[in-house]
Amino acid sequence: MSQIFPKSANAWARFSLFGLLLLIALGGWSILLLQRSDFVTAARAHVQQPIQFSHLHHVGGEGFDCRYCHTSVEESAFANVPSTKICMNCHSQIWLESPYLEPVRESFKTGQSLEWIRVHDLPDFVYFNHSIHVNKGVGCETCHGRVDQMPAMQQVASLQMEWCLDCHRNPEQYLRPRAQVTAMGYVPEGDQLEIGRRLKQEYKVLDAQTLTSCSTCHR
Amino acid sequence: MLEKAKHADPPETRFIAPGHTFGSVTEKISSAVLTKRTPVSWFIGFAVGFALLQALALGVTWILVRGVGLWGLNQPVGWGFAIINFVWWIGIGHAGTLISAILLLLNQKWRMSISRAAEAMTIFAVMCAAMFPLFHTGRPWLAAYWLLPYPNTMSLWPNFRSPLVWDVFAVSTYFTVSLVFWYTGLIPDLASLRDRAKHRLLQIAYGVLSLGWRGSARDWQRYELASLLLAGLSTPLVLSVHTVVSFDFATSLIPGWHATIFPPYFVAGAIYAGFAMVLTLMIPLRRIYGFEDFVTMRHLENMAKVMLATGLIVFYGYQMEAFFAWYSANPYEWFMMKNRWTGPYAYLYWTLIFCNGVAPQALWFKKIRTTPLLLFGICMFVNVGMWIERFIIVPTSLSRDFMPSSWGIYHGTRWDWMVFVGTMGLFLTCFYLFIRVLPMLSIFEVRTLSTSAVAKEESGHA
Repeated sequence: MSQIFPKSANAWARFSLFGLLLLIALGGWSILLLQRSDFVTAARAHVQQPIQFSHLHHVGGEGFDCRYCHTSVEESAFANVPSTKICMNCHSQIWLESPYLEPVRESFKTGQSLEWIRVHDLPDFVYFNHSIHVNKGVGCETCHGRVDQMPAMQQVASLQMEWCLDCHRNPEQYLRPRAQVTAMGYVPEGDQLEIGRRLKQEYKVLDAQTLTSCSTCHR
Repeated sequence: MLEKAKHADPPETRFIAPGHTFGSVTEKISSAVLTKRTPVSWFIGFAVGFALLQALALGVTWILVRGVGLWGLNQPVGWGFAIINFVWWIGIGHAGTLISAILLLLNQKWRMSISRAAEAMTIFAVMCAAMFPLFHTGRPWLAAYWLLPYPNTMSLWPNFRSPLVWDVFAVSTYFTVSLVFWYTGLIPDLASLRDRAKHRLLQIAYGVLSLGWRGSARDWQRYELASLLLAGLSTPLVLSVHTVVSFDFATSLIPGWHATIFPPYFVAGAIYAGFAMVLTLMIPLRRIYGFEDFVTMRHLENMAKVMLATGLIVFYGYQMEAFFAWYSANPYEWFMMKNRWTGPYAYLYWTLIFCNGVAPQALWFKKIRTTPLLLFGICMFVNVGMWIERFIIVPTSLSRDFMPSSWGIYHGTRWDWMVFVGTMGLFLTCFYLFIRVLPMLSIFEVRTLSTSAVAKEESGHA
């Protein structure tokens, strides 16, 4: 009887055994990577806003404090998207003829709000409150990134639950003094973990068990 | 030599009909696969199975579209057909593992004629069982992160204290080990088919599947070692899988579920149901394919005896449930028992007692054990009885809650029945495909039972 398979079939069989294992491992690995990719989380995606507003110019260039526009960040769950009148504080005096600002003037005249597109959009089953974070020493930059370097606002973090839990389990990694909350490019004076532990105590940040309880965020 | 051998093998060491040689065994079993003429009964059986499989496809599709509310589940009965059918199917699988693992380690040679088909039955039964937990989740594509521990984006693990998670591990381990064991056992036979196949495509297909088996002494030595190791791995699974399944109930506080007797009683029930199913499959199969020489009366009788023994354990379990309910002096337990006897599902309870407790007593008689048709009838009672047993456990307790104000009644809807009957279609389809393309008895193992093997051994000893 003639041979069914050529001699090389042995090598192919061995190769395919390991190849299959490798393929399964790679497949699993790439699914885990894909789940965390910007493609899925929408991080670093470009969002088209009604106005070409630049945080780079206003925060980085002019040195505005975050709270000048996001007025309720220290007292409310919502940080606040500024009203047209806040824009007009300056823009009734400068850049009066700029075509970029036409929608702002239009909004001011008609009283119709500008419709900004929310960049950091958490799922509806998550309860999030800005004021508690800001008051416990979580910097704006910690979650929103270097806003002062962003011509157009982008989401930098994944906003996935593991990202939230990273801090809720060990807040001392990120806490900073309240006075520095809105600072961009903050560098801790000394060991972050040491400072973090001290601030955690000083600001009465709750223990990890409470912070990671289901109903802390899912109410 | 053969003449001498016929005298040389006394009936107690003979497991298959006398007069068979290595060649005749191989020819007989492999010709069922390599023949060009498929028996008409195969087409009929496959058509029935495949038609029922469409019921599964339809039922599952509609359940995915409309949700599991189509099943008759509501307060207070939140567990119904899905868990009943799951436990029923997974229990059936246990006979295959017992035959291939425990009987191998105990050196019971009669297992060789039935192990292949029984292992196939195990694998298909576990596949059918898996349908229910999978689709009762409603959105099975999300079930991975509900049940499997992997580094997910929520950085959360499943609740390891839940028996439902233990179930996932028990059943997936069981399926994997069973599949590997079955396939390992198939390799020498696949090589036989490769060598006997005439068609080029068949040669290649069986050649690839037989993984380069040459039948050398080294191949056999490794094969024996591997199958012993796998038997060792499977042996605890015979006990552990259904123990974990019983924990789904026993760790709860529902009267009728919260019982320490559950694990042994479930395991015995599983083996009982499994042997009934093996007999249900083997009795027609040996007749249609003319395998009476290999699956002899002795096999049927042995299996009937295992059924009788495990059936008595199960029946003892029913009686102990009643005894504990009375002896515990717990009003809820005692109410549960009286409710089983006289409540809305009493007709099912008494059917159960008849099917699982009374009918199998006929197996005490050798005449019945050795009459295939009667034995088949008893097995049918057990198949039905074991399903009713799970029905009695699940809705009888749930429908009579602690508070009479929340009492209710449960019946399967047509979607429940459609999916259940559909899994029978899945089972039949798989089983018919199996007997068509793979040797349904283990060729090389039955060869060792043949007269020429016995003669060889005799002459070797002499």
